[in-house]
Amino acid sequence: MNFNLLRASIDTRRHVKTINMDGGLLEPSPYSIKAITILDNDGNRLLAKYYDETFPTAKEQKAFEKNLFNKTHRANAEIIMFEGLTCVYKSNVDLFFYVVGSSMENELILASVLHAFYDSISQILRKNVEKRALLDNLDAVFLAADELCDQGIILEADSNAIVQKVAIRNEDIPLGEQTMAQITAKYGQQVSAATDRVLQSAKDQIKWSLLK
Amino acid sequence: MLSLKRDKKEEEDGGGNPFNNLEKSTVLQEARTFNETPINPRKCGNILTKVLYIINQGESIGQTEATEAFFAMTKLFQSKDPILRRLVYLGIKEMSKIAQDVIIVTSSLMKDMTGKEDQFRGPAIRALCSVTDHSMLQSIERYMKQAIVDKVPAVSSAALVSALHLGKGSQEVIKRWVNEAQEAVNSDNVMVQFHALGLLYHIRKTDKLAVNKLVSKFSKQSLKSPYAYCLLIRIAAKLIEEEDAGSESPMFDFIESCLRHKSEMVIYEAAHAIVQLKNTTAKDLAPAVSVLQLFCSSPKPTLRFAAVRTLNKAYELMLNVLKLLVAIKHPAAVTACNLDLENLITDVNRSIATLAITTLLKTGNESSVDRLMKQISTFMSEISDEFKIVVVQAIRSLCSKFPRKHNVLMTFLAQMLRDEGGFDYKKEIVDCIITTIEDNVEAKEAGLAHLCEFIEDCEHTVLATKILHLLGREGPRTPSPSKYIRFIYNRVILENAAVRAAAVSAIAKFGAHCDDLLNSCVVLLERCQLDTDDEVRDRATFYVNVLKQKQKALSSAYILNGLQVSVVGLERALHQYTLEPSEAPFDLKSVPLATQPIAEQKVRDVPGEVPSSKPTQDKVAASRQDVYQEQLAQVPELANLGALFKSSSPVEVTESETEYYVQCIKHTFNNYIVFQFDCTNTLNDQQLERVTVEMEPAEGFEVIKYIPCPLLTYNKPGTTYTLVRLPSEPTQVTGTFACVLKFLVKDCDPQTGEPDEDGYDDEYVLEDVEVSVADHVQKVMKPNFAASWEEVGPENELEDTYALSNMSTLEEAITNIIQYIGLQPCERSDKVPEGKSAHTLYLAGVFRGGHDALVRAKLALDTSGVTMQLTVRSTDPHVSEVLATAVA
Repeated sequence: MNFNLLRASIDTRRHVKTINMDGGLLEPSPYSIKAITILDNDGNRLLAKYYDETFPTAKEQKAFEKNLFNKTHRANAEIIMFEGLTCVYKSNVDLFFYVVGSSMENELILASVLHAFYDSISQILRKNVEKRALLDNLDAVFLAADELCDQGIILEADSNAIVQKVAIRNEDIPLGEQTMAQITAKYGQQVSAATDRVLQSAKDQIKWSLLK
Repeated sequence: MLSLKRDKKEEEDGGGNPFNNLEKSTVLQEARTFNETPINPRKCGNILTKVLYIINQGESIGQTEATEAFFAMTKLFQSKDPILRRLVYLGIKEMSKIAQDVIIVTSSLMKDMTGKEDQFRGPAIRALCSVTDHSMLQSIERYMKQAIVDKVPAVSSAALVSALHLGKGSQEVIKRWVNEAQEAVNSDNVMVQFHALGLLYHIRKTDKLAVNKLVSKFSKQSLKSPYAYCLLIRIAAKLIEEEDAGSESPMFDFIESCLRHKSEMVIYEAAHAIVQLKNTTAKDLAPAVSVLQLFCSSPKPTLRFAAVRTLNKAYELMLNVLKLLVAIKHPAAVTACNLDLENLITDVNRSIATLAITTLLKTGNESSVDRLMKQISTFMSEISDEFKIVVVQAIRSLCSKFPRKHNVLMTFLAQMLRDEGGFDYKKEIVDCIITTIEDNVEAKEAGLAHLCEFIEDCEHTVLATKILHLLGREGPRTPSPSKYIRFIYNRVILENAAVRAAAVSAIAKFGAHCDDLLNSCVVLLERCQLDTDDEVRDRATFYVNVLKQKQKALSSAYILNGLQVSVVGLERALHQYTLEPSEAPFDLKSVPLATQPIAEQKVRDVPGEVPSSKPTQDKVAASRQDVYQEQLAQVPELANLGALFKSSSPVEVTESETEYYVQCIKHTFNNYIVFQFDCTNTLNDQQLERVTVEMEPAEGFEVIKYIPCPLLTYNKPGTTYTLVRLPSEPTQVTGTFACVLKFLVKDCDPQTGEPDEDGYDDEYVLEDVEVSVADHVQKVMKPNFAASWEEVGPENELEDTYALSNMSTLEEAITNIIQYIGLQPCERSDKVPEGKSAHTLYLAGVFRGGHDALVRAKLALDTSGVTMQLTVRSTDPHVSEVLATAVA
């Protein structure tokens, strides 16, 4: 136990950087986002996009995410200065959404991107913003992230527009092209999957209400 | 409950994440399915998602693997499934950095880009630009131009953003797209407008006039996009900054007008820009502050009524505002805000409360300190280390601003020391206490007591040794030194070797300084001689033997005043000595002395500066001389002058904006002075050759050698040296040298730098160079001046009284004396306590040749000026004479 404590203190020592309160003027540039990421409730990466060389290696990126998660998963403050960066975040059930920018960046711009990101994911997951649903629709989530921000430039900050561009798959295969067996198999599967999902989400909700 | 927990556990093991245990090789294997026909979009989409997932997890994929997967992926263009196609684009972008021959997809992407499916066109453009290199850019240029002005916003945005990415590499091609970008700014779509403005600025940013026009044009025509506004504000702010203009600039009017914009983002950006501008006055600042003030108070009704979501947003706004206020350089304008800040100090969000309090601490007055400190102490444990450091920095500035409040502040710092925290945080507190102790005599005892308590339970070796060193220095001079010894000896019993060694040194200092404690200290040190660690044992044995001699001079030289040579210099000298073994013992006097890092204390007084630059600065100051030594040793003619004694700081001997810019640095050796002239040729149509500085020596000095700078081209600094022998008469040390820069000029073409064949001799008169007493002495800090004074003894003592009639204050007199004599003020005697009319200044150092030199100047202020009684002690009679006459 003691050993653990010591380790923890060493970790914080390495990562504490003093905040530069003097913002300074930003070089005019449309590149405003350094990273966006979604973590689960253990701080594991589900999606991460880094747009510049602040964290050049995967190892540094993961270390940053871990530390960021440790700092933010308990407090619901929505904004934090961390390692000299401004991070805005939002969480729901077991997902944590982060948008990271320079400490001099306009926080409201970062927040607008975060909200666009969250809202579009929420629409894609039909308001069911949790890890399981996210993983079921990971393709659409990747596409949404791609429509949100292109290499650090905000591409679209309106969640409706993002969802429209992602154009999630509704019943896409025309019925005529399927055999009867396929249809029964598919719908049977879907029905049972749907029941499962309802049960699972009810279970989750009870669980979370108990755990909180 | 139990079963629920188990259920959760199972889920965490990966049951909930179908992507959890993916193997890179299996997934890439699966990617071969892409080659099958007909394509099953759902299945392939799934596999492609897996590929994207493992890339996203940071898995590194080799070039061959990536290329293989990439080519398999290109097969998927046969399917028309929209999701699958879009995933392919993503895949292309990810792989484009690793795989080979990615341009193979160009034609497929160009087809999509110009095709009928609007949904594909934007993403296809972006994917295309990620695989395109500059040689290919020509062929797609026409399509890009069309895309920029396309009526579908997504297409236009994609083209503009891609142009920006491409523009990072070369400006040339995208410069030709300026008309299209201009047209796109007028788009109805907010994002297109933003991207077009970004591109337009990027193309024109090197042309200041064009940028100026750009801002004035778009500031009149109201843009729709708040992002575009923010960008425009930043461009305008940059222009103001570059032109060094103030609020009279039309750019400023534009920024100011943005304070009335309807979007909070824009208002905040404008306020932020105004606050950050350098030349703003309180009047310019007022509207920005009042807007920020509004942000501060507007959320309050919302706080009462609205849901958590709105509440968080309100916090965020306030946090921004507070951050600005902390950074602000205009306290007067901030005072207006203080009332609003008062309401925030009890805020539930601790970050905001901390910022509010530190802001108030920085701008408030002495009476509010107690109340604010009490408030902040209630939640110190809840805030992160970063913010705690902010608080400590605020306290540090308070300590110097309100010395009378040291009681409250010290107690608070001590409390913080006891709490949990990382190394940086603890170090900041300890530094803060140490500065306070050094600046404020009254705070000394309390501060030392807190530090003693801290080392009882300190896990950081660096901090413990630092504090022990401080205790050894300051402790013996307190009224009751004995009480510190217990704390120090406890370290000897309980700590690791490094701390034990530091503790032993500290105890020895008590023994050397306080006669009544000498015997007890010797007993303690004798016990340490049985230590398991070599270093501790060695130190103890050494100190015991020195102390047992009971000679003040010995104790002073070997215990109280530590090693005064530069460590780098010592290392080099010892290395040299081992290379050329000789009969003569190693002479410590041949080692250059450590220069006092002068800037150290001053930097401390400015909290909030970028702290990371501080250590590097100190380090440079400390080793500057070592750098010079190395430089001089490179010049063969100057290599055998012996050890470098002192290098002066650079002095300009020309005006800075003349044809030739010359700086002079004086390097003092035992019998020589080397004048180093750093010259810069500021004329681009001239090339100088064989540059020397001819010097007219003062009496007794003799110029031995000129070492010319062979070539001096435009704007490339070069160095020439002049070697001068010092007079043999030991008391003759000062003089003035007239200097002339001599050189051969060759005219040359300003563009190519190609010089003419023939040149002509020319000269240029420089300002005179002075050699003063200060050039012959090196500053040395004697922590215990009285002991050193006794150590040198009265043998070569000289005393004289001067009337300094042209000085009106003691401070002025002290500054001048230090400047003339060039010695190090000891025991903080360069600071005069307020309201005193008499003061004693202690100066210490070493004269050229390794002679210790000490000066005591008793100063008294009366109506006719300052009267000074100067006493000089030295190990050499001539040195005393030189120093005593230095002021005259």
